[in-house]
Formats: sequence, structure tokens, C-alpha cells
Amino acid sequence: MLNTLLPILLFAALLLAVIGAGKRFFMWRRGRAAQVDWLGGLLAMPKRYMVDLHHVVARDKYIANTHVATAGGFVLAAVLAIVVHGFGMHNRILGVALLGACALMFVGALFVAKRRLKPPSRLSKGPWMRLPKSLLMFSASFFIATLPVAGILPADFGGWILALVLAIGVAWGVSELFFGMTWGGPMKHAFAGALHLAWHRRAERFGGGRSTGLKALDLSNPNAPLGVEKPTDFTWNQLLGFDACVQCGKCEAACPAFAAGQPLNPKKLIQDMVVGLAGGTDAKFAGSPYPGKPVGEHSGGPHQPIVNGLVDADTLWSCTTCRACVEECPMMIEHVDAIVDMRRHLTLEKGATPNKGAEVLDNLIATDNPGGFNPGGRLNWAADLNLTLLSDKKNCDVLFWVGDGAFDMRNQRTLRAFVNVLKAANVDFAVLGLEERDSGDVARRLGDEATFQSLAKRNIATLGKYSFKRIVSCDPHSFHVLKNEYGALGGNYEVLHHSTFIAELIAAGKLNLGQHKGGSVTYHDPCYLGRYNGEYEAPRDVLRALGIEVKEMQRSGFRSRCCGGGGGAPITDIPGKQRIPDMRMVDIKETGAELVAVGCPQCTAMLEGVVEPRPQIKDIAELVADVLLEAPAAVAVKRVVEEVQ
Amino acid sequence: MQPKPLNVLCLVSIGAHPTSGRARRAEQDARAVELGLRLAGEQVQVLHAGNAEEEALRAYLGMGLSELSVLQQPDGADALPVLFDYLKDSGAQLVLTGSQAETGEGSGMLPYLLAEQLGWPLVVGLAEVEKVENGVAQVLQALPRGQRRRLQVRLPFLASVDNAAPVARQSAFGPARRGTLWTDEVHVLDDDLLSNASFQPARPRPKRLKVIKAKTGAERMKAATAKAAGGGGQVLKDVSAQEGAEAIFKLLLEEGVIR
Repeated sequence: MLNTLLPILLFAALLLAVIGAGKRFFMWRRGRAAQVDWLGGLLAMPKRYMVDLHHVVARDKYIANTHVATAGGFVLAAVLAIVVHGFGMHNRILGVALLGACALMFVGALFVAKRRLKPPSRLSKGPWMRLPKSLLMFSASFFIATLPVAGILPADFGGWILALVLAIGVAWGVSELFFGMTWGGPMKHAFAGALHLAWHRRAERFGGGRSTGLKALDLSNPNAPLGVEKPTDFTWNQLLGFDACVQCGKCEAACPAFAAGQPLNPKKLIQDMVVGLAGGTDAKFAGSPYPGKPVGEHSGGPHQPIVNGLVDADTLWSCTTCRACVEECPMMIEHVDAIVDMRRHLTLEKGATPNKGAEVLDNLIATDNPGGFNPGGRLNWAADLNLTLLSDKKNCDVLFWVGDGAFDMRNQRTLRAFVNVLKAANVDFAVLGLEERDSGDVARRLGDEATFQSLAKRNIATLGKYSFKRIVSCDPHSFHVLKNEYGALGGNYEVLHHSTFIAELIAAGKLNLGQHKGGSVTYHDPCYLGRYNGEYEAPRDVLRALGIEVKEMQRSGFRSRCCGGGGGAPITDIPGKQRIPDMRMVDIKETGAELVAVGCPQCTAMLEGVVEPRPQIKDIAELVADVLLEAPAAVAVKRVVEEVQ
Repeated sequence: MQPKPLNVLCLVSIGAHPTSGRARRAEQDARAVELGLRLAGEQVQVLHAGNAEEEALRAYLGMGLSELSVLQQPDGADALPVLFDYLKDSGAQLVLTGSQAETGEGSGMLPYLLAEQLGWPLVVGLAEVEKVENGVAQVLQALPRGQRRRLQVRLPFLASVDNAAPVARQSAFGPARRGTLWTDEVHVLDDDLLSNASFQPARPRPKRLKVIKAKTGAERMKAATAKAAGGGGQVLKDVSAQEGAEAIFKLLLEEGVIR
């Protein structure tokens, strides 16, 4: 009886799966066009899955091994089950292989079930609690049903009762694992995830690459939408990416805004996009809600505006664009892109940048700096430093990109320290002076692509007038924008963060340094240096050269927690239960360090905003400048000593 | 029944950013447009006399206007006659404008001269229009130190706004780019006063010396929050025009305003 029932079940489930896949595919294709390498992507997909994705998943050994066993066992079991039971090829070797696959999957599923006994809060519940049972049911049913094929049990063992039980088990298993995959069940992540990897909008991320710059909007075409208003305004492969979410909540656990009680949860945001893609309400969401916003009150559809229907605006403005969610996401979903896309619509179409946003953008338009300071004062910080202007010199080795920190008295100390370092190392450097403008970082992240492009284009035109080998900046935001985001507008430069440059100077023996004498030190990785640009080592090398043994925080390197200063978050200032910099200061205090080394004016400002008593905050440039030993000075001291004698 | 929305027209000029001097929407004019948008929604008409090519005009469109009319004239031309010609037949019930332009002559005289020529009442420092009934508007006029005066004004009238009016909404790129600038060719009149006058840099207005006599914190607080009472003033009641004028003339002489 099973011999007739199993093929029917299998092929019915497969047919439904194919229909569901088609439906889902056309749902994604409602999005805007995107250029993808259709075939190349599909061919590259297995490698992306086995290498790049596994790389992320393997940070958590337990689930990595569990997933290898379960998914590997399932794929093998599914193929063999179709061959053996679907096409009735009752070959003994195939039967034994199918038994092995089912056993592997069963063991994996046991570990899935174990984790679901006391699931951490980041995991979604609901249908996801059912998944381990379905996995066990699938593997167990096929295992028993295959025993006769492998010749271990007689063909008619158990009679019709067992056959019926097995048929029910198989029906449950294939419902979840075959057509549940394309009809929106938890297994959807496997189907959508595989295609998402194939047609990812940032294919450069695979194979160890890095792609973190925001994509430029086409402003030359007046009919092109300015950002994303409705789900269909996303590109179709972004929609596909949302659908790939496995709701593991790694993003939620890493998100600084969520931890601060601001109304953002990256996982929920992606699930809301899935709701928007298919239409409906968020009532079925079985994970942590946006802090302070109950689930079930929002709904949307593919052609309905997202903001103030599906998602509230303050959710989007809570993001610091720290990219911790993207870094953690095992499905390589691009949360930050989606958030900025929606912000673009709010700013460019609705004029609804909250709090100080509008003022900052107006300032950027009128004065080229976010504070609205007189552009003529951009070089006042260096009035006594006798800096060379690139407009006088026309060419140099190093262009020192000062950034808007030039107007901030705290940051001026960092800038002056870095100038001391450059002078001590006899670097051939110059500054743009009054010709420099804001890099456009904050405008772009507040969604004002027009102001960003205007600033960027003028900066590129200025830079084009001169010749220099490299740009060095003390601001990771300027550094990132110049390095990764000006390229699309025609500005390609070699750009270094000052920590990288100082590390080079030290390695080349150009700096005569003493040893740090100021107590223990920890280091805070800026998001835009670390996660955005992969520079974790150079700042630590510099600190090491000063004789500092960095007392690492629990969350450091690629897991560093944001200071709360990125993405215009201090400007939009969405209230939460606590402040992000306060949380980061707790991380810092846990190390017992007396001083925290930073490499970013935003981080400096945010961390210094934490009330005392707290560890001191110093930029890497300041730490280096503090211990500079000037060789000529040593001679001078000797001469004084001689004169005294 | 919802009353017919007020026919509101806003006069706007090109502003200049206080630190960079770059062209922008003028702060007070933008507040006038904001007030207009709140009163009449997208029906509000916005009018500029000057150069339609000026990109800064689009910043007004970015507030959500679909169009803006420009009475095309070169720099230095007198805006007053063309605005008068336009307004007298426009059917506008309320004309809003900033108190003083940020560029050009910036004398702050335009609202007064325009109201005089049109024969309309002028409300200076309009903060809010509370209601309009039977051709009469009830408005709040802003006075120093956050005080408000409630006025009844018959329509049509002209009002200038200052920083007491609501802050202008953000100007967005999309509507700014889409909006239309309609150009009207008008007869250009040279501004004789402007062309004959010579410009000189402004001097900051001298401030009265503030003598702090307070001994205690409470007294300082009182001094800081008290009304700017001259103390030496006098209230004239039921006096003839002649006597009143003489009193004013005497005061102006005393204060050194006229010599």
C-alpha cells in the first residue's frame, strides 16, 4: 500500500512546491528591476552557501553543526526519497544510503529540538517551534519506510496500520519540508535563501569581498522613485532577500537601538517587509516586538505606503547604521540598505526628517557643514599650525582630509595631535582648507541623497584639480564615504584612516615613540572603520607600539557595539529606555581600563557625553602625539645642559 | 459645512544664509508660506517678484507646493508696483509676507507700502489666524516676550510674519524638483530710490547699557523677566492730536532720534 501512497504524496508535495515557488517568485518580481547575473549567480550559489554563508553561521558552532547535519541529511534524504520511493527504484544500496541520510537528519533535528526546549528570546517562536517536530517526523517516517527497501525488514512488515502511520508521518514531513518551503512556512528560508544568495544585490560580498557603500540613487531621471515608499519600490532581489530571513534574531541581539529600548528590531523590520511583500498584518509575528510597540497593530500590502501603516517612522530613524545586524546575519540580508532606502523617501519626498534633521540638512546645503558654521572658519583650528594648502602646492603625497570635526573644539585636539604626528614623521602633506566640504556622510544616511550627491560632486571636482597619492582622514565616516561611496560618482581615491597611516609610519620607523604611561587601555572599534572597512588590526598595532596591551571588551572587533553616533542617530534622536553610549561605557568599564582609545570624532563625542566618573577618552592620534620623542629636541636639551655647565 | 478655504497668497523673496551668504528660502517668508499652507492647504498661492531662474525659489516648492508664480524682473527693479498690479485683481483675501527681506534693500517697508496702496489693513507680526467669519478674521498678533494680542480684521488684509509664526516645514527635494515656476512678464520699473542711493555696510544697532543694580538672585531674576519698562514714559489720554504730536516730538528729541 505504501508503494502506491508514497509516490502520490511525494509528487503531490513536489507539485505544490513548484506552484508555490512560482507564486513566490512573481511576488518578488513585483519589485523594481535589478541587474543580476541570472545563471552565474545560480552556479555560484552552492559555493556561496558552503563557504561564505557557512563562515557566518560557524561563529556559533552548535547551530553550525546542527544545521550541517539537518540540512545535509535532508537534501540527501529528499533526493534519495524521490528516487527510491517516488520512482520506486528499490535498490538496496540506495535504500541503505537513504537510511543513513535520514539518520543524519534525525540526529541534527534532535539538536534543533534541544535548542527549542529553552529558546533564547532572540529566536522566533510560533511555527518555528513546530519545525523540529516536522524534521523529526520526516526523517523518522522515511527511515522506517525505507527499512524494507534496505532489506532490513520484510516488505509487508507492520501491515496496514504501520503503513497508515507512516503515510501520515510522511505527509506531515513533506508538507513542511517540500511545499511549506514555498508557501511561507519556516522552511521558506531554504528556498528563498538559496536564490537570495544566487541573486544577491551585493555579490561582491562573497568570496571574502566587502561591499558596504550605499548604492547611489539616480537623480538625473525625474521619473525614478526617490527611495522606497511601498514594498514594490524595493528592487526585486531586495524583496527576495527579506524573504530569506530565518528569524534567528542574531541581528536583534546585536542591534544597539533594540538594546537601548528604541523602537527598532532588525528582525521584525525584515519580517514586516515580508508582510508588506505578501500583504496582511504583523499579528502572526512570533518574535520580540519593536520595543514599546505591540505586535498586531500594523498592516500593509505590496502597493501600500510602508511608513505609518506597516512600520512607524521612528523605527527607521532609530537605526545608527552600525551594520551589526548585517554582519551577524547568516542569510546576508542587507538591513541598512533597506532602512536608508525608506529614509530616502521620507526625506526627499515627504520632507519628514525628524527633530534636528531638517536643520542639519539645511545647514549642509547652505554652509557645507552640519553645524551651520561659517564656511570661512573651517581652518581656524589650525591658525597657528602653518599648514600647507593644496591649492598653493598643487601636489603632495598625503592629503589630510580634516572633516567637519574642524568646527568641534574637542575634535580639534585630535586634529592638532595628528598634525604633530605628521610633522614628526616628515610626511609631505597638505590640506584642502576652505575648499573642503562635508563628505556627505550624514546627509546620505539621513536619506538626503540629493545633498549628498551635491556635496560629493563638488568635493570630487575640487580633488580633481590636484594631484596627491593618498587621502588620510581622522574620521572613519569621511574615510568610508571617500573610499567606498565616491566611486559611483566618479571619484576613486586611495583613502586611509589615520590609524592605518600611523601604523605604516611606525612600521617604516618614521616615528620616534616613547611608551604610554597612563594606565590600562581598551579600544573601541568604530563601526565605519571596523565593520564597514575591515580595519581592526592597524589601531591595535599602533597601541601595541606604544607599549599598550589592549584590554579587549567582550564586544570588540567585528562584534563591536556602536557608540550611538552613526547614521544621523544623534540628530534624529529617537527616545529609548537608555542611551547607546551609556551601554557602551558599561562595556568599557567592564574591562577595568582607565582609558579608552578611539578613532572617530563621533565615538569621541558620544562617549565623552557619558557622565563622569568614567574612563578617559582619547583618540589614537592623541595617544601617539603624547609619546612623540622628537629627535632634534633631544639635541637641544643636550646643548642647554652644556651651556649650563 | 466646511467653510470655503481662505484665498491666501504668500509673497516670497530670495534669502541669504546668515553665515555663508548663500541664497536660500528666506526664513520669514518660509514661515509665511507655512502659515499659508496651514490655512489654505495646497490651494495657497505663492508669488515672487524677481528672477525665475533662481534655484533657491525651488526650496519653497519643496514645502509641498505644486507651483509658484514669478513676476519676472531683473535685480534692482522695484517690486512694489508689479505686486500692486497683481494683487489688486487677484482676489486674494489674505496676503502673507515676511517682515523684512534678507537680500536687496531689505528695508522692511514693502508690507506697509503695499497695504497703503491697496488700501488694506496690515497686521504686523501675525502669529496665528484663529477663525474667519463673515469676512472678518480673528487673528493673534505677536508682541514682544511671547505676548499675543487678539485682533479682528476685515478681509482682505495683508499680514507680515516674523519669528513668532510657526517654523517652516522642511523643504523636500522631490516636490522641489517637480514643482512648476510660472513666469509672468511684467512691465519693469526701475527703482529710482535704489539706483540713486548708495549702499553702506550696516552697523550693529547700539544697545542700551544694561546697568545691573540687583543685589540678589531674586532681583536679577525679576529684572530679567520684567517687561522692558522705560519707567520714564507717560500715558497720554484724551489729548488733542496737536498735543500728542508735540509729546512724541519732544520724546524723539530727548532720545536723540531727531536732532
